[in-house]
Amino acid sequence: MTEQRPPLTPKERMGIDRVAMPEQDPDLRATNFREVNLGLTYQLAMLEAERCLQCPKPYCVDGCPVRVNIPRFIRLLREGDLPGAADSLLDDNALPCVTGRVCPQESQCEGVCLRGKKGKSVAIGALERYVADWAQGHTGELAHATPARSGRRVAVVGSGPAGLTAAGELAKRGHDVTIFEAFHAPGGVLIYGIPEFRLPKDIVQAEVDRLVEAGVRIEPNAIIGKTFTLPELRDQFDAIFLAVGAGLPVFMNVPGENLKGVYSANEYLTRVNLMGAWTADADTPVLRGQRVVVVGGGNVAMDAVRTARRLGADEARIVYRRGRDELPARAEEVHHAEQEGVVFDLLVAPIAVDGDGAGWVTGLRCVRMELGEPDESGRRRPMSVAGSEFTIPCDMVVVAIGTRSNPLLTTTAPELEVNEWGYIVVDENGMTSMPGVFAGGDIVRGAATVILAMGDGKRSAAAIDAWLRGDPPVSDRAEPAGEVPVRIGA
Amino acid sequence: MHPIVAKNQLSPNVTRLVVSAPRIAAIRRPGQFVMVRLGPGAERIPLTIADADAEAGTISLVVQSVGKSTADLVELGVGDAIQDVAGPLGRPTDLLESGHAVCVGGGVGTAVILPIAQELDRRGVAVTSIIGGRSREWVILEDQLAATGEVVACTDDGSYGRPGFVTEALRDALDTGGVDAVYAVGPVPMMRAVSELTRPYGVPTTVSLNAIMVDGTGMCGGCRVSIAGESRYACVDGPEFDGHLVDFAGLADRLNTYRSFEQAAMARREACRIGGRVEPVEEAAAASR
Repeated sequence: MTEQRPPLTPKERMGIDRVAMPEQDPDLRATNFREVNLGLTYQLAMLEAERCLQCPKPYCVDGCPVRVNIPRFIRLLREGDLPGAADSLLDDNALPCVTGRVCPQESQCEGVCLRGKKGKSVAIGALERYVADWAQGHTGELAHATPARSGRRVAVVGSGPAGLTAAGELAKRGHDVTIFEAFHAPGGVLIYGIPEFRLPKDIVQAEVDRLVEAGVRIEPNAIIGKTFTLPELRDQFDAIFLAVGAGLPVFMNVPGENLKGVYSANEYLTRVNLMGAWTADADTPVLRGQRVVVVGGGNVAMDAVRTARRLGADEARIVYRRGRDELPARAEEVHHAEQEGVVFDLLVAPIAVDGDGAGWVTGLRCVRMELGEPDESGRRRPMSVAGSEFTIPCDMVVVAIGTRSNPLLTTTAPELEVNEWGYIVVDENGMTSMPGVFAGGDIVRGAATVILAMGDGKRSAAAIDAWLRGDPPVSDRAEPAGEVPVRIGA
Repeated sequence: MHPIVAKNQLSPNVTRLVVSAPRIAAIRRPGQFVMVRLGPGAERIPLTIADADAEAGTISLVVQSVGKSTADLVELGVGDAIQDVAGPLGRPTDLLESGHAVCVGGGVGTAVILPIAQELDRRGVAVTSIIGGRSREWVILEDQLAATGEVVACTDDGSYGRPGFVTEALRDALDTGGVDAVYAVGPVPMMRAVSELTRPYGVPTTVSLNAIMVDGTGMCGGCRVSIAGESRYACVDGPEFDGHLVDFAGLADRLNTYRSFEQAAMARREACRIGGRVEPVEEAAAASR
């Protein structure tokens, strides 16, 4: 397809205002789980695509952890070549429907977009989502490369963003990939953590389906460290990528934390998202607090508090010990939460959970904070104000103050080097202390973002591919002594 | 999918399901559990592996029908299948190498005690099992336990065996002396009573905690229990703990978290079968809060 109109002049491009992402009305969406951002229309996407200046040295690509060739897919889009744009995007990014929705573009590609220096950056995330959603609806029009089979088997442990990305990249290079997932359904944090209203689960499923069509096998209910050990996998696969996530919730360690009505964000969101407790026909229950306090200021806290609103909370509050400028959540998530009626108690820290005689939460006892000198993280250290104690009445508390490493895998593989916090140590290629075993995502870097995990998955896949080219396949090795082990994976 | 290859009723609401799960059958050890999800929309529930046959590739799950999820499970017949069985999870039981162990089982907990008694017996430890139930039909697995050593069956109503609670029979054993360890699994009040009883005797006592959990791998934190004042996870740090250190009151309280939901779900389940109508779960749950 060719463009009928003559190309716009740079001045004309500069004259177009950034399009706004259409959103569901805040009052309405606070009562449902449908997606908040509705996506661009064709007309809006084509208009926005014209704003891109096609920089010869595109900063946006450097700003992207998976190095999507952004100018290329935008150019193909505005030329009207949607299949070409989709192929280009999918070639760089295994999960564009996901990243188009949950990436912090404002601090990555869009943060360094030349147009942002004078006015507003190109809405790269919205365009990515537009092209990716089009691709999901038009799979028949996409290029389907069939790579030559390498004959090498790679195990990917964990099916979150890092694992899925690595699996896609490895399959693209012709390797035989099996993903081991501890839960009954693949997707990791994309399925159990991020709520439906920000990332619909059928969108995630479609991304997973595309990998399965590309030949990736998924073994659910397989807990590495329990169902199979890492050495067992190592014996049967030519290489392994560990992407098990951070996993363990951190609690506040204050009195009353075991009262009924106190959840970790992991538990609350898993009940609602993975187990579908927000739907009418799920067996898994979740408490529906009328006055809910979520402790923490990150994206997970925003997901939890906005979920509580949707599950009928009349009052949903964020308690965060630093100020507004320090909130780690994306500005868009904070803005959306405020639009939906979430109250922010900033410079407030919890000191105890109060309960009634029957063991249910009745309030969160807090103290006011003020900011002192910057700490090691560069953020100003919060200090409590003497005599400022007060109680927020509530019937539910969700603790969203972070996660730490899950020792389930690492303690059953003593030869795997971990740091003092239990995160896996890797070299510059992403390889662990065990040859042929690579790792990435939160289990290496600590709790981070979807896109950083995907960046690790993509880089590690390239490193695994290079490593496999220099290492003999498993089948050439001597058989292990004793009885022949069961073949792991299909 | 995990087909059910055998099924039998152990007591009025306790059913034994023999389920195909070859990998788990080959590697499980006493004290470990699996997370079971019947199918789409179903809960994930933890069930202790009562027994396994590595040759046949099967595990035995003993299920007490107490809520909708367990009622749905025990309704399955031979040839039906469970969609998801994940495990084996939890730490295996820390077992004596020699000496004399008393295994105390209450109700369905007797199914958890059985693999422990079997392994102790295999190691050459002398085993006495004390098992109890409300009345005769609630005493389960007596014959299987008899193969591991002496069995004292107790019934609350005296309809079978020794009349009274298991703690009374245990007290006699402790007074006789020579008990090196006690393993107790059953309702929370029973495990608490056993732990309080053994404390003054200084006999190490292991209990298995049936906390509420979602994933079973340490991720949700829902199964946190207070052990010697420290918060620990039943799924990865347990499910077995030193009974002398467990905050049983806290555990019992947290186990009630979803009681109103469970009652509403059961009511809805019953109503579905007789074609009646009931209030939606949320309303019923809210009403009882």
